[in-house]
Amino acid sequence: MDRADTSARIAAVIEPFNKKAVALTDDSTFAGDLEWDSLTVMDFVAAIEDEFDIIISMNQQAEIETYGQLIDAVTKIRG
Amino acid sequence: MTDAATTPDLFSKFDGLIEQRRALLANGIEDPFNLVMEKVLSPTVAVCNGRETILLGTYNYMGMTFDPDVIAAGKKALDEFGAGTTGSRVLNGTYAGHRAVEQALCDFYGMDHAMVFSTGYQANLGIISTIAGKGDYIVLDIDSHASIWDGCKMGDAEVVPFKHNDIEAMEKRLRRIPEGAGKLVVLEGVYSMLGDIAPLKEMIAVAKAHGAMVLVDEAHSMGFIGPNGRGVAEDQGVLDQVDFVIGTFSKSVGTVGGFCVSNHPKFEILRLVCRPYVFTASLPPSVVHTAATSIRKLMHAGDKRAHLWENSRTLHAGLIARGFTLGTQTPQSAIIAVIMPDLERGAAMWEALLHEGLYVNLARPPATPAGMTLLRCSLCAEHTAEQVQTILGMFERAGKTVGII
Repeated sequence: MDRADTSARIAAVIEPFNKKAVALTDDSTFAGDLEWDSLTVMDFVAAIEDEFDIIISMNQQAEIETYGQLIDAVTKIRG
Repeated sequence: MTDAATTPDLFSKFDGLIEQRRALLANGIEDPFNLVMEKVLSPTVAVCNGRETILLGTYNYMGMTFDPDVIAAGKKALDEFGAGTTGSRVLNGTYAGHRAVEQALCDFYGMDHAMVFSTGYQANLGIISTIAGKGDYIVLDIDSHASIWDGCKMGDAEVVPFKHNDIEAMEKRLRRIPEGAGKLVVLEGVYSMLGDIAPLKEMIAVAKAHGAMVLVDEAHSMGFIGPNGRGVAEDQGVLDQVDFVIGTFSKSVGTVGGFCVSNHPKFEILRLVCRPYVFTASLPPSVVHTAATSIRKLMHAGDKRAHLWENSRTLHAGLIARGFTLGTQTPQSAIIAVIMPDLERGAAMWEALLHEGLYVNLARPPATPAGMTLLRCSLCAEHTAEQVQTILGMFERAGKTVGII
């Protein structure tokens, strides 16, 4: 599955979580730019996991700080 | 050469917390995390700040701390075996008492193996980090105790949390784990912050259907939940499906220490490979003898169990009737969590209760779920019905003083 397709689907999932309508780039951070707390992160990760029917373990989440890293990680997990 | 101005202070990461604490204490409030018990008169009464105080936040569910047989066993062991073992369980630190308490646990749970750790924290840390290794998956409830999370962090397994008590969320994660990977599901019988119980029967059925091993932490249920006090899994009729039960001596048993019981045929090998078991000194002889005596008495504590449940129901109903918001709709355990609107009023309420002569636990993030501030009450089988009524009166007065009800 290519990155563009993954990116579009993530953008759709992220919208209801992006309460302040922050303009997202690959460098946008979840903790900093989106100001998400740990509970929001958990709900968002669950939504992404359900969308793609994948697991993003805590170990993998630790390496994902930006929007671009998330797209790359999901693209990679999906093979 | 180092320059003080440019040398990073490793403590700067705590600045936020230091400031929050300073602001809270600047209001003249007593430090809720620095209380001293000057004298302990019984399982339910101590002297704090010179004032006799009812204890409602000790986890001393069965009131075994002052049981005469338990005390006598400890004194005798001090005389006969000395103050400490000064050694690891696998070297010079296994005494007759360590074997005796492990046998008491096997008898209590009706299981083949028991392994005693120096604390409950170390039991979770050691078992979880050792049995789930690289390439394995740990699927756990997001509200799990710190010792479970730390066990996950210490090991090399992939860690996958799911929403609290959500069977479907757990099932989805188990289903997505790659074929052939080892799986450990970690659950708790009673979750200690809100005092709610897990739907273990359904969750364990799902875990087993996906080929996972199951570990259940029954720290807050031992002694009074289930027909034999073995915990929530026993109460729901699924204890035989649990691969590992984790427990503690520092609650119903009334001393300190932790354990794992299991029927796994290879269980004993853990004594050689579990680092938090090997690389620390074993429990003192007095502790293991008090624990063994207490555990054997808990097997025949039906009347105390019934009284503890009566206390829990009375306090729960009384607090609801007085307008407090509680963590559970019904009394599910011996923990009753009173939800506070925020940390400031939670701390004020905690202090008002202390001035009334009542001690409860002030719990706040990150220990609590969803950023809540809680006044957590844990009942004891030794609380009298009169004490419970006194406690309700204290809550009512303090709640009105602080403006919570």
